[in-house]
Amino acid sequence: MEYKNVLTTCVYCGCGCGLYLEVLDGRITGVWPAKTNDVSQGKLCIKGWNVAGFVYHPDRLTTPLVRKDGQLVEATWDEALSLIAGRLGTFKAESGPGSTAFLCSAKCTNEENYLVQKWARAVIGTNNVDHCARL
Amino acid sequence: MTPRGTNQQMPVSTPVGESASMIEAIRQVVAERLNDLDGVVALRKAAAGVAPHLFRKGDDADGYIRLSELEIVPRYPLMTVVSRLHKTFPDVRLGVVARGCDERAYVEMAKREQIDPDRLTIIGFACTAEEAQECYCAAPYPQQLAVGTPPPPGPANPLVARYDAMSLDERRVFWKRQFVKCIKCYGCRNICPECFCEACAMEDAAWVEPGVLAPPFPVFHLIRAMHMASRCVACRQCELTCAAHIPLTVLYDLLRRDMETLLGYVPGADIAVQPPLSLTLTDAPLRASAGH
Repeated sequence: MEYKNVLTTCVYCGCGCGLYLEVLDGRITGVWPAKTNDVSQGKLCIKGWNVAGFVYHPDRLTTPLVRKDGQLVEATWDEALSLIAGRLGTFKAESGPGSTAFLCSAKCTNEENYLVQKWARAVIGTNNVDHCARL
Repeated sequence: MTPRGTNQQMPVSTPVGESASMIEAIRQVVAERLNDLDGVVALRKAAAGVAPHLFRKGDDADGYIRLSELEIVPRYPLMTVVSRLHKTFPDVRLGVVARGCDERAYVEMAKREQIDPDRLTIIGFACTAEEAQECYCAAPYPQQLAVGTPPPPGPANPLVARYDAMSLDERRVFWKRQFVKCIKCYGCRNICPECFCEACAMEDAAWVEPGVLAPPFPVFHLIRAMHMASRCVACRQCELTCAAHIPLTVLYDLLRRDMETLLGYVPGADIAVQPPLSLTLTDAPLRASAGH
């Protein structure tokens, strides 16, 4: 019988509300708002309260999926990344860098988002960069 | 007149008037009780914050969790944690560090079989006078008091007095202005220790249309209020958790007042008194009541 609360940050938007994941014997059982967080002040929105909902969801992706013969099949990270790198190179060469676009995410860190847009602009050569918060 | 809600969070640092010796006394009582109990539910201070935790004997031995990390602010509904543990582990005997509001919550949960009173030890402590004032609390200490001395009760919520002076039309405007702020986060329902229904009426599409803001006026907030009749113990967690700063405790104070005036029932006051709204069809056959 081990019960604890693990402090973390909500992944759903840029507010970054503080919350605790309630963990009972190694399994997430609920959410408590972080009352000591100066930004969120012990309050959460509907998404924050339900942030643990995707953790054990049956639809959650656990491996990369690659489309082969019209079907999505499980693949390794190496295979997926090699495919992406190769195809992006092809698109850039054949259709120009503006034929690609890159979507960042509030579920990524600021540093990761910076990296994506920097890579899109400096490596690929496109400013087609946007973010899920605008969708 | 601008209706205002209250937005009060307990400070993390030791509040004015609360001595370090009080927290030390609580820690000592918990240490003693851990000799006979499977665990004690209390707040734990970790690097970045304070949250509910289950302290167990032997946690000290691995050097990871020490009772020195036991805290008493800010307030969380610890009885909800007790209820979860009691239901998941039907044999464990627990203790809980409890304020007056925690004990009242326990009383009403025990009456509704959400907590097993035979498997819970209350380690009660008194709130400070400042805390009683912040919460407008009439009973800022538990009946089972292990640490601290009862402070004077807090004053009545001035917003309730202002509300009482309003006409019916002014009251309707008051609630309309407040409820239109609601973002349907369900925080009030989620944080409430007495809200444990598995099928919640506030999520029933027949009453509350999914995906629509503002929620239906006044049905959304009155559903919960009606269900809180004979349950609300005035812990104020709903109002503290409301992301829209709605003065929910005004609504519940009025409800509690009606319960006391009309039915003579004060939730949380006496574990031996059955709630007036409970009905057991197996034990008491329905009788036709005259005139209804």
